[in-house]
Amino acid sequence: MNEEMNLMSVTSNPHIRDNWTTQKIMMHVIIALMPATLFGVWHFGAYTIAVILVTVISAIFFEFMYEKLLKLPITIGDCSAALTGLLLALNMPPRIPLWICVIGAFVAIVLVKQLFGGLGQNFMNPALGARCFLVISFASYMTNFAYDTYSGATPLAQLKAGELVNTFHMVVGNEMGTIGEVSVLAIVIGACYLILLGIIDLTIPGTYIVTFVIFWCIFGGKGIDPYYITGQLAGGGLMLGAFFMATDYVSSPITFKGRVIFGILLGILTGVFRVFASGAEGVSYAIIISNLFVPLIERWAPLKCFGYVKPEKGGDKK
Amino acid sequence: MNLEKNTPLERLYNGIVKENPTLVIVLGMCPTLAVTTSAMNGIGMGLSTTVVLALANLFISLLRNVIPDDIRIPSFIVIIASFVTMVDMLMQAYTPELYKSLGIYIPLIVVNCIIFGRAEAYAYKNKPLASFFDGIGMGLGFTASITVIGFVRELIGSGAVFGHTVGNLPDYSPTIFVMAPGAFMVLATLITIRAYIINRIEEKSGVRLAVTHTDEEGANCSACAFRDNCAGKFEKVEKMMAEKEKEKEGKA
Repeated sequence: MNEEMNLMSVTSNPHIRDNWTTQKIMMHVIIALMPATLFGVWHFGAYTIAVILVTVISAIFFEFMYEKLLKLPITIGDCSAALTGLLLALNMPPRIPLWICVIGAFVAIVLVKQLFGGLGQNFMNPALGARCFLVISFASYMTNFAYDTYSGATPLAQLKAGELVNTFHMVVGNEMGTIGEVSVLAIVIGACYLILLGIIDLTIPGTYIVTFVIFWCIFGGKGIDPYYITGQLAGGGLMLGAFFMATDYVSSPITFKGRVIFGILLGILTGVFRVFASGAEGVSYAIIISNLFVPLIERWAPLKCFGYVKPEKGGDKK
Repeated sequence: MNLEKNTPLERLYNGIVKENPTLVIVLGMCPTLAVTTSAMNGIGMGLSTTVVLALANLFISLLRNVIPDDIRIPSFIVIIASFVTMVDMLMQAYTPELYKSLGIYIPLIVVNCIIFGRAEAYAYKNKPLASFFDGIGMGLGFTASITVIGFVRELIGSGAVFGHTVGNLPDYSPTIFVMAPGAFMVLATLITIRAYIINRIEEKSGVRLAVTHTDEEGANCSACAFRDNCAGKFEKVEKMMAEKEKEKEGKA
């Protein structure tokens, strides 16, 4: 059957189809992540290639094995496992031991995604779920950002401790952090690619960032100071989280209203974690907690039925 | 297994396998999730609950004709609380270390759902001997389940077996397993494994091992949303078995 026939076949709804497939979308997101990935590899050295490869390959392997063992259709072809693996790798410190990568891939694919029914059924972002699992389980490895001869605190932790940081280096990516989060520039290039293709829209990242900035200005204790705002936005995983994790199709609301609420919730939670919690970073916890609220948000902001007209107030006047 | 109802042996089997309080009825989740950070804690908690459960069941059953219906719950609490206080003091005297690590959860046995559940559902309606063994069976079922949960969590989360570390395993242990999320993961996995094994045995042998309730027993099965997974499923298996036998007969 050719494509035209496919479009014309008689089936139940949805009737309007286009050429986007899961595989295509996932491939585009992987391409969009390439600038950040390549920058991470260039910045942190060749060992990060091993980290990324091991995480991606073990994610695909666990997806394959799980589906093979349970005699389910094999879905490694849709690239979602590869994307989850890549996102997880970008959330790892540059000198993470490889066995932690394997455990992380197992948690992301089997525990968070497949046990709940596979792609489309996962209740939170698999990569971030696994990251939080690892941060809680192997805190000393996951917060050790030392590489080569560099060691010390991440810029976000320095800001929290009241030290000064170089915001220009933070935007370009010449700093400590996880493999994928360091260069804001590379992430924004990838995000622009996705926005131009129409794969993600700006609702969630936009409301997220704006809410966070407002929250920071009110509660951050520094007032409206561009230096600190830039530092907070460019530091840590906020940009990577806002553009690539929070916009995950499965674990974010589908309506505009729902997305705005989701973004605001993300901004407030991130602010709360960064300002009031003991740690410096809170993006991953903010996103997975907000993921859990998505079913509630969608109940409050449901999809409008096709052809539904809101009844006029005061009843029918005739 | 076809055992005569309300005999000691049947009660033990019922508590440990058929209606295991942790893995089947899913009662008493508070101690199950909170104290099972090690296998030793699981055994300690399980056995102290078993003692309270057996004695409370026995005395509630003995007093069942004296206790007025309207105030049965307060009466149960008084009986249960007396035994819990005894166990609490005995443990404080003879096993101070275990007592320390279980902490508040020993006094909290008073409000354990399993004990209340058995008092209300069984001991209040049945004879003392059967009630006593019902308590022991339920208690041992509880002990076995939470010991296994504790063992798995201790092994994965802190790389130790009964407090003895295994080589350099602790360096590779995801500590999340000795925290709250690990308890939920291990409990869910165990429930799944138990259901899987029981289902396989049932399908192979055609003998019902898990809970069978029918409307005649007052369980109101026909109104239950899970009928197809519970009682209805067994009916399907029975039908399958009958068809298979028919086929065999036909061939012969």
